[in-house]
Amino acid sequence: MKVKENIPANPVECEAPNMGKSGESGWKLMRYLVVGVLFGIIFVKAEVISWFRIQEMFRLQSFFMYGVIGSAILVGLISIQLIKRLGIKTLGGEPIRIADKEFRKGQIIGGFIFGLGWALTGACPGPLFAQIGSGFSVVVVTLLSAIAGTWVYGKYADKLPN
Amino acid sequence: MEQLIEWIRQPWPWYVAGPLIGLTVPALLIIGNKSFGISSSLRHACAACIPAKIPFFQYDWKKEIWNILFVTGIFLGGIIASVFLSNPDAIVLAESTQQDLIQLGITDFRNLLPADIFSWSNLFTLKGLFFFVIGGFLVGFGTRYAGGCTSGHAIMGISNLQWPSLVATIFFMLGGFVMTHLILPHIMAFVGF
Repeated sequence: MKVKENIPANPVECEAPNMGKSGESGWKLMRYLVVGVLFGIIFVKAEVISWFRIQEMFRLQSFFMYGVIGSAILVGLISIQLIKRLGIKTLGGEPIRIADKEFRKGQIIGGFIFGLGWALTGACPGPLFAQIGSGFSVVVVTLLSAIAGTWVYGKYADKLPN
Repeated sequence: MEQLIEWIRQPWPWYVAGPLIGLTVPALLIIGNKSFGISSSLRHACAACIPAKIPFFQYDWKKEIWNILFVTGIFLGGIIASVFLSNPDAIVLAESTQQDLIQLGITDFRNLLPADIFSWSNLFTLKGLFFFVIGGFLVGFGTRYAGGCTSGHAIMGISNLQWPSLVATIFFMLGGFVMTHLILPHIMAFVGF
């Protein structure tokens, strides 16, 4: 069976969408918590949550972060190809669907703005949570400010070039 | 067993960590048709707590509760890794990076984050304003404007051969280079390093 592709991304819906048709509740949702826990452990153990590692990356003085991101992309790419070609389904038996990303000016302007913040805080959104968990509690302030930034974007989204 | 724990306590090399991070992509898809992405959690937080009738936050965030649980897991994973699996030694940093950062005024290289910047005592200072408040704001505003972050665009998007994600990733990197090389030295001097 062919996997359905090219589902247009709804601009109002979120960009990491839940494509599952059937609802999940209770313990089934806990599976995402478990994946998150493993993911958080990897983040800390590989030191990718480190402000120093991000500095190394942007100073081109270490291959480490490029190796992490590059090999993650490679494994993700092979996985998605296998899922599509073999028609692998979800555990619940649904066909796997992935929304396409639509090009917008935001990927250029917003991407650049995020890059500025990434080098300053030493964190993208994922590592923010892991930094707080691993004891750098002051990063809560950074997280709250990131939520505020998201809110301000949402408020003025229709007035910004896109 | 002890050897295993000892091995886990060491910092993990990129060729172990990267592929494991990549496996998150099929794991989330196969568990329940979820596309990997983390910055969306910040949007869900807005939609759940402070939607303020803004159209961008009017959607069924409860449907995306998995994403909130996922980032809660990342937080818990951070606790577990640092409490039970932490590396007792200082982080090993490229010599050249260390020299550059010493030039900029960083003195503490013991932890994953420099205590010179990331401590509560800096909160109500210029350091806190730039590194926490402005930095965080840029991360939240920029990722949402770009429609994703390193996970949603760089890993999930490029893995799925989405060229807009490649564009986004190029501009993430460009922003980082500009901040690190052109702006950061001025900020460091301005905030009193």
